[in-house]
Amino acid sequence: MREFDYTRAETLSGAAGQLGENASIIAGGTNLLDLMKIQVMTPSRLVDITRIDGLRDVSEDGEGLRIGALVTNSELAADPRVREGWPLLSRAILAGASGQIRNKATTGGNLLQRTRCPYFYDTAMPCNKRNPGEGCSAKEGDGRMLAIFGTSEHCLAAHPSDMAVALAALRAEVEICAPHGDARRVPISELYKLPGDRPDIETVLAPDDIITAVHLPAPQADTRQVYKKVRDRASYAFALVSVGVAVAMDGDRIASVSCAIGGVAPKPWTDPEIEKALAGQTPSDEVFGQAADKALTQARCQPDTEFKKPLLRRTLIAALREATGLAASAPGVETARIPA
Amino acid sequence: MRTRFTVNGEPREVEHDTRATLLDILRDQLGLTGTKKGCDHGQCGACTVLVNGKRVNSCLCLAAMHEDDEMTTIEGLGSPEALSALQKAFVSQDGYQCGFCTPGQIVSATAMLEELRAGDPSFASASLEGEMPLDDSEIAERMSGNLCRCSAYPLIREAIAMAAEVKS
Repeated sequence: MREFDYTRAETLSGAAGQLGENASIIAGGTNLLDLMKIQVMTPSRLVDITRIDGLRDVSEDGEGLRIGALVTNSELAADPRVREGWPLLSRAILAGASGQIRNKATTGGNLLQRTRCPYFYDTAMPCNKRNPGEGCSAKEGDGRMLAIFGTSEHCLAAHPSDMAVALAALRAEVEICAPHGDARRVPISELYKLPGDRPDIETVLAPDDIITAVHLPAPQADTRQVYKKVRDRASYAFALVSVGVAVAMDGDRIASVSCAIGGVAPKPWTDPEIEKALAGQTPSDEVFGQAADKALTQARCQPDTEFKKPLLRRTLIAALREATGLAASAPGVETARIPA
Repeated sequence: MRTRFTVNGEPREVEHDTRATLLDILRDQLGLTGTKKGCDHGQCGACTVLVNGKRVNSCLCLAAMHEDDEMTTIEGLGSPEALSALQKAFVSQDGYQCGFCTPGQIVSATAMLEELRAGDPSFASASLEGEMPLDDSEIAERMSGNLCRCSAYPLIREAIAMAAEVKS
């Protein structure tokens, strides 16, 4: 690790005042410290926000929930209100990382974790995300974990979060505190920027913005929610493809679907065409397959990621079969209720 | 810089570089070498300790961030004369080969059984609600943050199941 100054912030404004050129917030630190050890990230100052009051609670917010940025992944997945009203979120969090990591990793930090593209981690190889303009080694390299949507010629890296996929499917918003302005809210799907020609700029956050909370909208009672994750080993691995869906039925027909896909894009991938193709339809493999094919028209694959197209198609169909009741209810399919 | 915290019930004060991890402080300054440095990147779980009762990877903790926290290491869970239930079960079921991952496995399992008692679900749980049964797939899922290069997993899971029965 390179040397750095350590500051423990007492207040949000105190923390914001310490941010700026080459400073970084630290909370759980599970991704940041890992990257600092291999000198992919070399902040000259760490601002510890874990002692700031008011960021550790999950509280009722109108009909939804406000999740403080420092709520750990473990706390959030086990929160009785989340389990009842937004089971997709519990499942997605529990699908990620390990028990130890989830005890440290925070809600805000999970959203801002960096890609696990092997070339981003390998400082001996060019990477436009680490050093803009240097080139992208992934283009001719080992590409199994790379994205197929939203990429550019400058970067093929995928966003690794499971939690963010659930939050995108649940239409959550991120609360951001700016030092010289009011708190603002950004829909989760608008938090992230596609790489374009600046893959180093990953979100709409300014250097002294701080994520203070995530807001979940009112739970949609009776929606059937599924998080399906495909990975190279049974546990503690990042997604090759994951699908989060919440389905509302109207008798035998699909009333509405909200859906996000993980492991395939620089952000949790949402495509309104999928939801349009499903609304009002009678569930069938053919209908689900057509919805997947609409989404896949946007896919840009390398030889190494061609497998993700059929994998995504099958994963989406499997998730929709379970959520619509076309397949017998499997473990991991939950019906949302209004929390007591 | 200086940081004060409690380790296995004893107040400690350490002088350290900002870069020092909790793992390095425990091993190099406090001589608590039961906690192992495996990968040093949060992937193997050999460095698992309890911080305020929760299991974490001590290699991914900056010592500077733990002022006033309470740590428990493998040395705080039992002694050769008075083994904890999990330590006894690992001996009885031969839940190891080389033993390097064992302290992390036992500290992790100690906290995992508490999580189970609190009713926390896992990704392997059939339901997010109600009692959480501890079958083999639940143990495997809940312990996936602890690797064993000797692959003694079947016996590790047996030891954990045995200790869970003794406790309940």
